[in-house]
Amino acid sequence: MITYSFLQHYWWFLISLLAGILAFLLFVQGGQTMLFSLAKNERERSTLVNALGRKWEYTFTTLVTFGGAFFASFPMFYSTSFSGAYWVWMLILLCFVLQAVSYEYQSRPNNVFGKKTYQGFLFFNGLAGTFLIGAALATFFTGSDFIVNRDSIADLIAPTISRWGNEWHGLDALAEPRCWLLGLAVFFLARTLACLFFINRLKDETLVERSRKALFTNGIPFLIFFLAFVIWTFIAKGYAVNPETDIVSLEPHKYLYNLLEMPIVGIVFLSGVLLVLFGLGKSMFDKNFTKGIWFAGLGTVLTVCMLLLTTGYNNTAYYPSSTNLNSSLTIQNSCSSEFTLTAMSVVSLLVPIVLAYIVYAWHSLEKKKFDIKNAKEDGHVY
Amino acid sequence: MELLSTSLLDWSRGQFALTAMYHWLFVPLTLGLGIVMAIMETMYVRTNNEQWKRTAKFWQNIFGINFAIGVATGLILEFQFGTNWSNYSWFVGDIFGAPLAIEAIVAFFMEATFISIMFFGWKRVSKKAHLASTWLTILGATISALWILVANGWMQYPVGMEFNPDTARNEMVSFWSVALSPVAIDKFSHTVMSSWILGSVFIIGVAGWYMLKKRNIEFARQTMKVGAIFGLVASVLTLFTGHNSAHQVADKQPMKLAVMEGLWEGKNGADLVTFAIPNPNKKWDNDEKPFLFNLPSLPKGLSMMSYMDGEAYIPGIKNIIEGNYVNYHGKAEPSFEEKQLRGKTAIQALADYRTAKKNGDSNAAQQFKKILDDNYAYFGYGYLNSPDELIPSMPNLVFWSFHLMVYLGGFFILLFLVILFFLYKKTLENKKWLLWICIWSIPLVYIASQAGWIVAEVGRQPWAIQDVLPVRAALSALSAGSVITTFVVFLILFTGLLIAEIRIMLSQIRKGPEVEADTNEIH
Ligand code: HDD
Ligand code: HEM
Ligand code: HEM
Repeated sequence: MITYSFLQHYWWFLISLLAGILAFLLFVQGGQTMLFSLAKNERERSTLVNALGRKWEYTFTTLVTFGGAFFASFPMFYSTSFSGAYWVWMLILLCFVLQAVSYEYQSRPNNVFGKKTYQGFLFFNGLAGTFLIGAALATFFTGSDFIVNRDSIADLIAPTISRWGNEWHGLDALAEPRCWLLGLAVFFLARTLACLFFINRLKDETLVERSRKALFTNGIPFLIFFLAFVIWTFIAKGYAVNPETDIVSLEPHKYLYNLLEMPIVGIVFLSGVLLVLFGLGKSMFDKNFTKGIWFAGLGTVLTVCMLLLTTGYNNTAYYPSSTNLNSSLTIQNSCSSEFTLTAMSVVSLLVPIVLAYIVYAWHSLEKKKFDIKNAKEDGHVY
Repeated sequence: MELLSTSLLDWSRGQFALTAMYHWLFVPLTLGLGIVMAIMETMYVRTNNEQWKRTAKFWQNIFGINFAIGVATGLILEFQFGTNWSNYSWFVGDIFGAPLAIEAIVAFFMEATFISIMFFGWKRVSKKAHLASTWLTILGATISALWILVANGWMQYPVGMEFNPDTARNEMVSFWSVALSPVAIDKFSHTVMSSWILGSVFIIGVAGWYMLKKRNIEFARQTMKVGAIFGLVASVLTLFTGHNSAHQVADKQPMKLAVMEGLWEGKNGADLVTFAIPNPNKKWDNDEKPFLFNLPSLPKGLSMMSYMDGEAYIPGIKNIIEGNYVNYHGKAEPSFEEKQLRGKTAIQALADYRTAKKNGDSNAAQQFKKILDDNYAYFGYGYLNSPDELIPSMPNLVFWSFHLMVYLGGFFILLFLVILFFLYKKTLENKKWLLWICIWSIPLVYIASQAGWIVAEVGRQPWAIQDVLPVRAALSALSAGSVITTFVVFLILFTGLLIAEIRIMLSQIRKGPEVEADTNEIH
C-alpha cells in the first residue's frame, strides 16, 4: 500500500540519497582547491583542470537537481531555509556561478580576466562551496533561528509565512562549533576524494605520487573533524517529535537512538564509514591500489544518506528551529500534497534511465587513463 | 512595515528581472544554435564532406562558450524562488516545484551528459553515436525549456489546483492540466521557435561578416544556407505561435492585452494599432487622448487577432477596472471594487477558518470554508489597495516592447526571403548592404527576444500568480539592504562574465573555423 506516510519517507530518502551523491561528487571541488598545491607547473595544472573539467557538470547538475527535488517534495524547506539563511545560500550559489564559466573560459584567448583569475575562481568554489554546504548540513542537527506561522498568509500587512529570527540570515550558523566541524569535515573529505580520483584517473606518475602523499594530510584531518562532529552529535540533544501531538521537544542522544532504533540505517551507516576507511587506508599503504575512489565514494554516499535519514525518520524534525521548537520542519508538516508526491514518484522511476546513460557516457569517455596528451585529440581542451 | 516596503518589492523584482534577462541572453542562442549545429553535423554524416564537419565543429565550439554562461545564470534563477519569493514558494510550491524538478531530472542531466560526448567523444564513439549525442544535447535543452515554460505558463494561467486552508497553500489536483495547459503549450512553441530565429540570425550575421572579409567562403555559404532556410521556417512558425499567444493573453489576461495595445476603452470589433506613440499622461480615470500620434489602425484587427472574430468584444483598461461588461465567453465581469471585496472576504474567511479549527469548532469551520471557496477566484485582489495597482506599473514599456517584437518579426521574414533569393541567384557575396544588414540584425534579434519577455512578465504585474497572489504578498522577509547588496553583486558579476563571453566569442570568430578543426588547438 502506498500511503501518504510512505511517500513522505520515500521522498526524504531520495533527498538524502541526492545529498549523499552530491557529497561524493564534491571531489571536483576538492580537486579545485589543490590546483596550486598538487600541481607545480602549468602542464600539471592543465592535467588536473582537464581531468576535473570532464566531471564538473555532474556535480553542478546534481546540485540543481537537489534544489529542484527539494522544492517539489518539501516546499516549506525551500521557502524557509533559502529565504532565511539567505547569505549562506547566496554565497554557495555565487561560488558555483563562478565555477560554471571557469573551465570553459580559462584558456581562451581574450578572456578578460586571465587564466590565473579563473583558476582562482575554481579554488574559491572548492573552498567556500564545500565548507558552506557542510556547515548548512550541520544545521539539520543543531537547529536554526526561525519562525513558521501559516496564519500570516491572512495578514494583509505582513503575509510572510517564514521569518528568520535575526539579521545574520544564516551566517549565525558560524557561531555554532558543530557547523565548523562538519564544514571542515566536508572540505577535507572533498580533498581526500579528489586525491583518490587522481590516483585512479591520471597517467602522470608524479601527480599520482603526490596525490598519495596528500591523502595523509587531508584524510587524517577529515577523520578527526568528522568523528568530532559525529560524537558530539550523538552526545547532544536532538529534536524529537511526539507523533500523537506533533509537539517538538529536545531529547538527549536522539540521533544515536535513531541509529539504534532503525538498525538497518545504523548498519548501513557503519558500513559506509568502513568503506571510506578501507578506500582511504588501502590507498595510503598499497602503492598499487587505484580503486580507492570507488570504495570511499560509495561509502560517502551511504554515510551521508544515512546521516540525513536519522534527521528525518523516526519522529525527528529534520530542519529544527532552535528558538521556536514548534516551528521545526518535519517530513510530515513541510512536504507536498499526496497528489504531488505521487506524481513526482512516478517521475522518479525515470531515474534509472538517467543513470544508465550517465554510466554509458562516463564509460565511453574513460576507457583509458587520463593523459593530457590525448586531451587535444579529443577535440576540446580547457 | 518593512515587509510591504515598496523598496524591498522593487529591488526583489529588479533582481529577478536582472538575473532572468541575463539568463535569457544565453538561453535562446543555446536553443537556436543547438539545432543549427545538429543539422550541420547531420549533413556531415550524410555527405561525408569534411567541410561540413569543420562548420559543425566551429558552431559547437561557440555553443560551448555560450552554454557555460547559460548554466551559470540559470542556477541563481532556480534558487531565487526560495531566497526572494519564499511566500510564493510555499503558496504554490506544491504545483510549481514539480515542473522545476522534472526539468532537472529529465532535461538537465540529458544536456550535461551528452554535451560531454559531443565535446570529448569525436575519437571515442562512432560517428552515428556522436551525431545522436549532439541531437540529444539540444533535445535536453529543449525539454528543459518545455518544463520551465510549463511552470511559467501556470503562473499566467493557474489551473489544475485547489486551495487547502489547512496547509494554507494551493495543491495540485491534476498534473495533466498543468503540463498540457494551452498557455504553456503556446508559450513553449513561441519561445522555442523564436529562439530558432535568434540562432539563425546569429549565424547568418557571422557568415555575413566572413563574406564581407572574403574569407572562409565555403564555410560562410554553408552557414548562410542552413541559417536562411531554417530561419525562414522558424520565423513563419513564430508568427503563428505569436498569434496563438496573443489569443491566450486576450482570453486569460485581458489587462495585459489592453496594455500591450494601449486600449483604454474597449469595444466590439476593436482595431489593431499599426503605429502609435502612447500618451504618458493618460490615466484610466482621466480624459486624455490615448495616443500623442497614431497612423490609421487596422479595422477590427485586435478582435480578429484575439478571437478570429471581427466582432469580438475586447475590454479596455477602464472597462476592466469598472467591470460591468460581458467577456467573450458570456460571463459578466465584476468591477475591481467588487473583486477586491470578494478577495478580502476570502482572506478573512481563511483566517476565521483557521481560528475555528484551532478551537475545535468544526461547524463554524465548515461555514468559513464555504465562504472561502465561493470567493477564492478573487483571493489575490484582497491584497490590493487601489485600482491603479491592477495596471502594470510600466504600461508604455509593455506597449513598445510588444510592437517592437512584432515589427521585428515581420522584418526577419523579409530578411530571410531576400537572403534566399540572392543565395539562389548566387550573388549574395556581392551584396555588401545586405551583408551589413545581416550583421546588424544580431542585436535586433536579441532585442526582439528580450522584448517578448518584457511583454509577458511586466505585462502580468501586479500578479505573481494571476488573480491569486500579487507579487507583494509573494516576497521573503528580508531587508531591502540585503537584496540591494545581492542585486549589485549579481550586476557586477554577470556584466563581467558577459564581457568576457563576448570577447572570447569574438576572438573565436575572428580566428575562424579551420584553425579550430585542423589543429584542435584552443589555447
Ligand atoms: C525557454 C527556455 C528557458 C527559460 C524560460 C529558462 N531557462 Fe534556464 N536554461 C535553459 C532554458 C530556459 C536551457 C536552454 O536549458 C539552459 C540555458 C543554457 C543552458 O546551458 O541550458 C538553461 C540552464 C539553466 C540552469 C542550469 C542547468 C544545468 O545545470 O545544466 C538552471 C538551474 C536553470 N536554467 C533554471 C532556470 C529557471 C529557474 C528559470 C526561470 C525563471 C529559467 N531557467 C528560465
Ligand atoms: C528567461 C526568461 C524570462 C525572462 C527574460 C523574464 C523576465 C522577467 C522580468 C523582466 C521580470 C520583472 C517584471 C517586473 O518586475 O516588472 C520578471 C519577474 C519574474 N518572473 Fe520572469 N522572466 C523569464 C522567465 C520566467 C520564468 C520561466 C518564470 C517562472 C517559472 C518567471 C517568474 C518570474 C517571477 C516569479 C518574477 C518576480 C515577480 C515579478 O516581479 O514579476 N520568469 N521576469
Ligand atoms: C511576428 C509576430 C509576433 C507576434 C504576434 C508575437 C506575439 C507575442 C505575444 C502576444 C507574446 C506574449 C505572450 C504572453 O504574455 O504570454 C509574446 C511573447 C514573446 N515573444 Fe513574440 N511575437 C512575435 C514575434 C516574436 C519574435 C520575432 C521574437 C524573437 C525573436 C519573439 C519572442 C518572444 C518571446 C521570447 C516572448 C516571451 C515568451 C512568451 O511569453 O511566450 N516574438 N509574443
